[in-house]
Amino acid sequence: MIVLLLKLFYTFFKIGLFGFGGGYAMISMIQGEVVTRYNWLTMGQFTDIVAISQMTPGPIGINSATYVGYTSLVNAGYSHAMGIVGSATATFAVVLPSFILMLLISKFLLKFKNHPVVENIFLGLRPAVIGLIAAAALLLLNRENFGTSDTPWQFYISIFIFVTTFIGTYVYKINPILLICSAGIAGFLLF
Amino acid sequence: MNIYWESFKTFTRIGMFTIGGGYAMLPLIEAEVVDKKKWIDKEEFVDLVAIAQSCPGILAVNISIFLGYKLKGVPGSIICTLGTILPSFLIILLIALFFQTFRENKTVQSIFLGIRPAVVALIAAPTFKMAKSAKIGWTNIWIPVVSALLIWQMEVSPVYIIILAGLFGFLYGKLVEQNDK
Repeated sequence: MIVLLLKLFYTFFKIGLFGFGGGYAMISMIQGEVVTRYNWLTMGQFTDIVAISQMTPGPIGINSATYVGYTSLVNAGYSHAMGIVGSATATFAVVLPSFILMLLISKFLLKFKNHPVVENIFLGLRPAVIGLIAAAALLLLNRENFGTSDTPWQFYISIFIFVTTFIGTYVYKINPILLICSAGIAGFLLF
Repeated sequence: MNIYWESFKTFTRIGMFTIGGGYAMLPLIEAEVVDKKKWIDKEEFVDLVAIAQSCPGILAVNISIFLGYKLKGVPGSIICTLGTILPSFLIILLIALFFQTFRENKTVQSIFLGIRPAVVALIAAPTFKMAKSAKIGWTNIWIPVVSALLIWQMEVSPVYIIILAGLFGFLYGKLVEQNDK
């Protein structure tokens, strides 16, 4: 159990340390570590957390650290109490790098912000962050979330929900919570 | 009233009433700490957001750490950060405790089957929105494309992509600098 807790701590510390570019880039980071590397969750469970995070208050980084911390211990056969310890560990770990960094460099950062070296680093980071988000979406475009052509009813309705939500958010800028609720109602009625 | 308690309450409110994360939180944080509490002025707030954005980690947490530090040093930043994360922590913990049994339910399953494709669309859309604002053009479009392919097809961890991209920017800058000399 100590090993699992240490792994959780290390993983979420890393996510906090390299989580540049805001919530969606962090989704990619969490997905890479938690789903692809450690298999603590499946892609489907991960998608559910993202949905829950978008409907509940608070930053997605905190939401998923709390959820993954709990679920990974309970999935490994430990009690609910240990699950709570897990979620506290992961949440603490994801915040810790920001804490250290912000306190260390807060005094100099205003000067640093326009320093050519920092500007150059961000010249590389900014486009990469977009790649990260694209990868997160591509990884989620899978059987678990959409079904396959063997289940045509689910498959085509899923694609329809995907396309309408995309247009809803991208073109019409409809509130994401409203979109998720509509998709939930569609799922309730059609599946 | 005690400033610690006051700032804890303010950041708990911020953590509790913002749905949709980071950028959705900014107007609320500004309303609380600039307009209502007058802990910092508007100009300082803009600077603070700029710094918080260029640091890794969660935007709202970075802002709380910074503001708490300005108010009361290290204890202040701990209090403000606790305030920001506490509501999400408790709410998600409650959901996690019950979601496992809840998930077995047929109705819940079909609702989430409908929600999943929508979530994928909600992640796909910002890719294009951010590509516009990050000035992606013909000279640098290979960076997001290669990064996405490496993560998606080769299972490379996004952590390495971030390290490589930062290093690349740094070396590129050095190269340009040398050519200018």
